[in-house]
Amino acid sequence: MIIPKIQKQRIIQYLKEGKRFDGRKIDEFRNIEIKTGISNKAEGSASVKFGKTEVYAGVKMDVMEPYSDGPADGTLTVGFELSPIASPDFDIGPPTIDAIEIGRIVDRGIRESGFIDFSGLCIKEGEKVWGIYVDIYAVNGSGNLLDVASLAALAALADARIPVYDEKKEKVDREKELTDKKLPLNKEAMAFNMTFHKLGDKIIIDPTAEEEQISDYRISIAVCSNKGKPRISSIQKGKGGAISHEEMETILNLLEHKFNELYEAVHKKVFKK
Amino acid sequence: MTAKKLESSESSYKERGDGRAFDELREIEAKVGIIPEADGSALYRSGKTIAIASVFGPRTLHPQHMQNPQKGLLRVNYDMMTFSVSDRKRPGPNRRSQEISKVTEWALSQCVDLDEFPNTVVDIFIQIPQADAGTRVAGINAAVMALAHAGVPMKEMASAVAVGKMDKTLVVDVCKEEEDYEEGEGATDMPICILSRSKKIALLQADGKISIEELKQAIEMGKKACEKIHEIQVKTLKETKTA
Repeated sequence: MIIPKIQKQRIIQYLKEGKRFDGRKIDEFRNIEIKTGISNKAEGSASVKFGKTEVYAGVKMDVMEPYSDGPADGTLTVGFELSPIASPDFDIGPPTIDAIEIGRIVDRGIRESGFIDFSGLCIKEGEKVWGIYVDIYAVNGSGNLLDVASLAALAALADARIPVYDEKKEKVDREKELTDKKLPLNKEAMAFNMTFHKLGDKIIIDPTAEEEQISDYRISIAVCSNKGKPRISSIQKGKGGAISHEEMETILNLLEHKFNELYEAVHKKVFKK
Repeated sequence: MTAKKLESSESSYKERGDGRAFDELREIEAKVGIIPEADGSALYRSGKTIAIASVFGPRTLHPQHMQNPQKGLLRVNYDMMTFSVSDRKRPGPNRRSQEISKVTEWALSQCVDLDEFPNTVVDIFIQIPQADAGTRVAGINAAVMALAHAGVPMKEMASAVAVGKMDKTLVVDVCKEEEDYEEGEGATDMPICILSRSKKIALLQADGKISIEELKQAIEMGKKACEKIHEIQVKTLKETKTA
């Protein structure tokens, strides 16, 4: 996407007055919608929308040999695709660094928060464990795919049920319906990802495609709950540009504020309470 | 198996698993405008098979050496989401998806008229979030609606359906359970795409065992089913408010 200089100046001018092109405040998320069970062949699936931005996520599980550093632990693989279906800015071909980075940040947010209890995914120590694959696809790319992708991954994991493992054949029985058993999840450790962008002299959240294109830098922070208080599980500072001391203060204040405002509501949507 | 069922004129396939009549389509859901960033987009669901499609263009074609100064080019990319099938599909294109992309492209090239758009390309992307057989035909049905929604000039529309032969019984809109039918002559799968005005065949494939007479019948069944699908496509497009 090419954004003319004059457009960038207008956006920054607007932000100075605390306004955005789509009428939102600078620290306001778009409407968040979560739908689960969007694909019946997946062990769990979800579509998540922030305004017009939409992604699909699906969980598939298979039995595999554990890694040597965790002989009794299940495994997690997260993939993200900037599918060209979602925007004129995305091309076909092997995953670009943008897509790889999003997949990795989502992966870390889930892994490091302890959301999944990997020890609960052991079938036979050192031999057989469950491997979880979370694959995420951009369906409509209108900005902030990272935060949307991360939430979709969480919702798909929360939706997932473990398939039937045939002990004799030592493989998953795909003919049978999924069991009623959910994944071993630590619900309090659901890490919600928020990405902050520096634009002009403001810090904004949930950027549109246009806003994220012209920002100076971004910082993505995944936060979960530690007895009701925010606990950070992963951070990624992205793009050129550098964060001043004051800006970091602003970002962390905003993070805490948004956590208090949104975390519980989003948590309820993910776990359908 | 009883002696009666072994008679050559009789088929072992007497009833469809989901209770449909042999010429009955699955429940159809059609929507357009589901992907706002695209120039045109649509969803087509047949039973448990879901296809989404988006259209971009006509836009300048890169690389430049592929440009045609006489007319625009149509390019189709079909892919399945990894979790759309029982065993996770490896991400990215494979031989199957590339072939389907190509035959879909050939079929849809019969619909569009890109003579007025030299050096450009119209890109169609098809994704399958959930598969229960007939994904390529669902993809075509979604893509045709997405093309019309994008306002790409079209000579005619197209609709597609998979006609199947279970043992000796012809059925339309095959689902996965039927695709795996093994008794008698087993399952024959025939995706067919019919142009809306000329009624010509824009895509025809077959895998299985079928006689010439049966094939003729299958095509007729396909044509009738495509007429029904076409009606739904047109209705969906007409009912959609343009932004």
